[in-house]
Amino acid sequence: MDKRNRTTNVLIVGVGGQGVIMVSKVLAQLCQEAGHDVKQSEVHGMAKRGGGVFSHVRFGAKVWSPTIPEGEVDILVALEWAEGLRWIRHLKPETGTFIADCQKIVPPFACRSRKRGAEPAYAPQTPEEIIDQVHAGYVMDATGLAANLGNARAANTVLLGALSTALDFPEEAWAQVIAATVPPKSVQINARAFAEGRAWALGGTKRIDVTASGLQKSRAEVHHPQVETVVEITADWCKGCDICVKSCPERCLRLNDQLKAELALPDLCTGCQLCSWLCPDMAISVTNTPVQEAAS
Amino acid sequence: MTHALRQGADEPLGAGQSRPMTGNEAIARGVWEAGARVAAAYPGTPSTEILESLAAYPAADIHAQWSTNEKTAMDVAIGASFAGARAFTAMKHVGMNVAADALMSFSYIGVNGGLVVAVCDDPGIHSSQNEQDSRIYARFAQVPVLEPSDGQEALEFTRTAFDLSEEYDCPVFVRSTTRLSHTRSAVTLGARQTPAARVFEDNPRKNVMIPAHARMRHGHVLAREARLREALSDSPLNRVEPGDARVGIITSGIPYTYVKECLPDVSVLKLGVTWPLPDRLIREFCEGVERVIVVEELEPLIEDALKAMGIACDGKAFFPREGEFSPEIVHDGLAKAGLMPARVHAAPFEFAPMVRPPVLCAGCPHVACFMALGALDARVAGDIGCYTLAVVEPLKSMDTCVSMGSSIANAIGMAKAGTETRPIVATIGDSTFLHSGIPPLIDAIYNDADITVFILDNHITAMTGGQDHPGTGRTLRGDPAPRVDFFALVKALGVRWVQKVDSYDTASMQRQLREAVAHKGVSVVISDRPCVLDPVRIKGPAMAVDQDSCIACQACMNLGCPAITWAEGWHEGRHKVKIDPEACIGCSLCAQLCASHSIKPADIAEQV
Ligand SMILES: Cc1ncc(C[n+]2csc(CCOP(=O)(O)OP(=O)(O)O)c2C)c(N)n1
Ligand code: SF4
Ligand code: SF4
Ligand code: SF4
Ligand code: SF4
Repeated sequence: MDKRNRTTNVLIVGVGGQGVIMVSKVLAQLCQEAGHDVKQSEVHGMAKRGGGVFSHVRFGAKVWSPTIPEGEVDILVALEWAEGLRWIRHLKPETGTFIADCQKIVPPFACRSRKRGAEPAYAPQTPEEIIDQVHAGYVMDATGLAANLGNARAANTVLLGALSTALDFPEEAWAQVIAATVPPKSVQINARAFAEGRAWALGGTKRIDVTASGLQKSRAEVHHPQVETVVEITADWCKGCDICVKSCPERCLRLNDQLKAELALPDLCTGCQLCSWLCPDMAISVTNTPVQEAAS
Repeated sequence: MTHALRQGADEPLGAGQSRPMTGNEAIARGVWEAGARVAAAYPGTPSTEILESLAAYPAADIHAQWSTNEKTAMDVAIGASFAGARAFTAMKHVGMNVAADALMSFSYIGVNGGLVVAVCDDPGIHSSQNEQDSRIYARFAQVPVLEPSDGQEALEFTRTAFDLSEEYDCPVFVRSTTRLSHTRSAVTLGARQTPAARVFEDNPRKNVMIPAHARMRHGHVLAREARLREALSDSPLNRVEPGDARVGIITSGIPYTYVKECLPDVSVLKLGVTWPLPDRLIREFCEGVERVIVVEELEPLIEDALKAMGIACDGKAFFPREGEFSPEIVHDGLAKAGLMPARVHAAPFEFAPMVRPPVLCAGCPHVACFMALGALDARVAGDIGCYTLAVVEPLKSMDTCVSMGSSIANAIGMAKAGTETRPIVATIGDSTFLHSGIPPLIDAIYNDADITVFILDNHITAMTGGQDHPGTGRTLRGDPAPRVDFFALVKALGVRWVQKVDSYDTASMQRQLREAVAHKGVSVVISDRPCVLDPVRIKGPAMAVDQDSCIACQACMNLGCPAITWAEGWHEGRHKVKIDPEACIGCSLCAQLCASHSIKPADIAEQV
């Protein structure tokens, strides 16, 4: 794209409620005060419902498009690890800087599997794998740093501190805009959070906080044999009270025409045994027999 | 956010100052600067913040209100225009479907005080049920549509729209899109104008649309469009940016910025008004270039018009007709047209990102309602709001969702079709019920439909960010207002079976619903708990999971509560669960579902 009109592109991403918009507003204000043309664009349709949030900040002599073309992001700031990975393709391959908080926000959707041995479907990539492939990268424990200062919510200001090392604005200018943006009673803590983030990022062009090991593949080597489940219902003892039908987490039981419980959807049964424990007449028995696993 | 805006109702910033503003804030500023005196709207993403911003201007300058729906808002604005005031209404694209009836006749009538309609489209369907192109409504109603490209133009075009409206005696559209509405850019402010004072004009032949008058006015509308078409060729709203004459690009709105990003030196005709099109200007521009390309998001409105004028051009051959444009998509289209090299895809990271779909909040009062409907195995005619998220895993208990207010009448039709063996339930939010749920409920009673209507009263318009409505007891400016009593309202309409239920009591919720569907005829259940996010954030003491007794049955996971995820520990091959104390609001639903009694308030759990 146009080379003469060099625009600086910063993409800020995270999850609803984390303060993505606060970070981008601070940056946009700073850019405007420094005399740049600036555009800041966000889509927050479903943001507060736990979905991803992203905000594009572009500044330079004249900014046209409000959004950053793919592969043109100079600095990617991620308030949450997996969200950073979602957008990392957008980073400029040779010169981009990646700044991420190592904190994990696992969505309930990642814990849906009912298979034995299933792990959360959270991003499996390790910080090392990612940092290796970027020009400059920081995986920091911004939330931890902020919590130590007394308010985990100042994590976004810690990240602003790290971001400040990658841009050419004077430190005092950042301090002023942050002080003017945050609530009056948290000005001090945010000033400290900014300083900590900045000092940490000045420690090198590629840095990973040791606490980011929470992101390592810690897959415990627990073996969970597959089982075959048999649910037996003694129709004579069942009095049709409906308790098992209502409490089965998978809704695989139902009452038949004779008002007797039956396993209507055996494929969904996980063998959790709730029905057998809850049946007041002990009409249900659930047995889980380990099966020989095919070597696959 | 609404709260902050209400408090910020001090002196508006003075003229000459420059500050970053979203497209929506800039439109609001334009409305205020134009001296408008009445503004009304029903919320809808991405238009909502326009009225919220207007509410921050002094009440003495402008009356700003939430209306019950878009047609009502349009009619309020029309009334103000009749009375001589400059008037304004804003809506999302689909809101125009609701308001269109009034608009179509009002186009014939024309204005007294200028009337401007801001309509915000949602290309890419970030938060809507379709991606219709509102410019087609402008063509249909034969009124001008202005398309700003950034915040500064959003302000200036809105101000100009009022002048155009009065000069040409017609309502005027300002069309935004999600991208413009939610992008901040530097805006230099102007002063508030005082438009010439007008009062009601006694003129039934213009103001009363009986057939004889309407026939006469239709001719006026056609003549008005012809005059506008001619005048717009010389208007500064449309501008030629001369450049390399080998190709000329005709574009408007946000796509203009993408074109400039990709090809800063090309010849451009930037249309600030995309209907009516300035024929003369277009012909002149096209004659001066070797080849014409049209870059427009969604429908080929400009392209088709050019082709009808006999001008050879390309547009949708290179650019998609669906979805939101981006600099990448415009680049790809221009490359396809041979105007620039194709993009190089240098993506070293080739992994699929984790899915993170939007979910209902921790403690959302809608959750238990849909758990109960799932247990009832009901056929659920849904509607639009936060609760539409019940369609996906794990609640998965909504079968249809068409448009706002559709649920109840959809349920009537299902019942009358006589094919359904399951109980039929319509679910509808409080704001949606007031928007367009009351006439279909009357229809159900009148026609004796055997359905249950479940009004999900969370005391707010939550989906769009927490706006007040006639059931909240507060106005847009936060002043106290009479509050609709849903129970009494439903009774008054003639429903004989009505019950209120507590959204945090799963057992009684299920019992009441069972009784409701057993009732022959129309029954109404009203759930009654406030949204946990708006107008105030609700946070009670958190729950905790006893890791010793949890049997990993996953029953609590079926709520989809974002505070509940897997713990480190296992039970028989499945992860036990844990609750994030920061996110949990203590609604206790999970505890009610847990058969092993492993979920207790965190403070009690600690003592044990
Ligand atoms: C015609 C129309 N106008 C506005 C909207 C935007 N919109 C979607 S849902 C909604 C309101 C939902 O409020 P409510 O029914 O109370 O449900 P809640 O979100 O509070 O659960 C609005 C305004 C729309 N989709 N269609
Ligand atoms: S074992 Fe569990 S999943 Fe299977 S039927 Fe019984 S309660 Fe349902
Ligand atoms: S905003 Fe309110 S209504 Fe919407 S999901 Fe959250 S709690 Fe439920
Ligand atoms: S009590 Fe349970 S269901 Fe309610 S918010 Fe807390 S974790 Fe979620
Ligand atoms: S419902 Fe109770 S036993 Fe089942 S997973 Fe949840 S906490 Fe554990």
